[in-house]
Amino acid sequence: MIHAKDINEQSPWQEMTPGGEIYEGGTARMTLTGQWRSDVPVWMQDQCKQCLMCVPFCPDSSIPVVNGKRTDFDYDHCKGCGICMSACPFEAIRMEKEVHD
Amino acid sequence: MSTCIGAAAAGARAVTATSSAGLAFMYEVLYVAASSRLPITLACVNRTLTGPININNDHSDSMGARDSGWIQIYAENNQEAYDNYLQAMRISETPDVRLPIMICQDGFITSHAVENILLEEDDAVKKFVGEYNPEHALIGRDHPLAVGPYDTCPYCMEHKVQQAEAMKNAKRAVLEVAADFEKTFGRKYGFFEEYKMEDAEIALVLIGSTAGTAKVCIDQLRAQGIKAGLIKIRVFRPFPAEEIASALSHVKVVAVMDKSEGYSSAGGPLFAEVAGACFDLETHPKMIDVVYGLAGRDVTVQDIEKVYRHLLKILETGITGPRYIHMGQRSSQKEVF
Repeated sequence: MIHAKDINEQSPWQEMTPGGEIYEGGTARMTLTGQWRSDVPVWMQDQCKQCLMCVPFCPDSSIPVVNGKRTDFDYDHCKGCGICMSACPFEAIRMEKEVHD
Repeated sequence: MSTCIGAAAAGARAVTATSSAGLAFMYEVLYVAASSRLPITLACVNRTLTGPININNDHSDSMGARDSGWIQIYAENNQEAYDNYLQAMRISETPDVRLPIMICQDGFITSHAVENILLEEDDAVKKFVGEYNPEHALIGRDHPLAVGPYDTCPYCMEHKVQQAEAMKNAKRAVLEVAADFEKTFGRKYGFFEEYKMEDAEIALVLIGSTAGTAKVCIDQLRAQGIKAGLIKIRVFRPFPAEEIASALSHVKVVAVMDKSEGYSSAGGPLFAEVAGACFDLETHPKMIDVVYGLAGRDVTVQDIEKVYRHLLKILETGITGPRYIHMGQRSSQKEVF
């Protein structure tokens, strides 16, 4: 069985699964969708009350929660949609233009 | 079709039936079924695509889906339709094929005909078809499965190449299953049937029930010493290009009979395939396309004889004349037929 971790942009067609089938869960973590971002959210920790409203609103599960508190954004997967900024009641998230290397 | 895709992905054998606009309505998901490599069986009773509004027989529905990635097998009569169904799942489910399959027959002409056929015993059929146990399925396996995920640019072409290879593999699978079918039930099938082709100088290439009409005509012409023959295509996808070219290599004049319009202004879909297949032959037969039988327009033995007589004229004069001809329509002008 071919695993998702063994398929990459250099894989020949013979070494890919038929029809792009995936035989395991959680493989979206391996795809760094943060590269698509044109706006980037910035977490202003001093204004944050840890109400966690932003967490369920994030469509990409890009706000990690550790021990009941949010931490900084997962920029590997955040697409910069800005929904977290709108959901925040305390103006603790601002959007900035992404600067690509 | 979307229901079939879900059922097949879950690991079930999924079968559906449709016709005409019903097939056209599935157009988008036909491609999804094929690209997801789901071996679904579809009974396609060929009826014309509207418009103008019409429900009668021609091949425009399945010909419209000819590039959707489905295997397509056609039948002359009800016995062949039945036999093709018995073979369909095994072809489609072959591990290095895994493509959906369309079993086609002529709407009304055979689908509404009363015809004696040999039915095989259920036990023998079940034994021949066998059980379906796909390695991967959404249900009942010890690992999860994602089917048909978004396929980004760096990967999608590779999957399309896999699919194209699978269709090449289907050629082998069609013949393997046909060989076992002959051994089990005694009736022989291949990519196409050749009728009186050994010494044929003029020949038709066509699909479906018109083959029966053409065979009657050939017998009459042969009694007059005319060397007429017929190739009846059974397997249209995968297209047996090399085999058809080889079967036509000794023929002098060929009429490809298209029972659907492609509106290409240069001929119907079967003509394009057959002419393309013959391109690499050292000596080509002269070849014309006769588009006939659209939207249920009847075709008789006399009509077929007109085509053979036209081929004889081309043979005698050496002049091909118009290559893209319609037959069976009323006209205020003098036309070929």
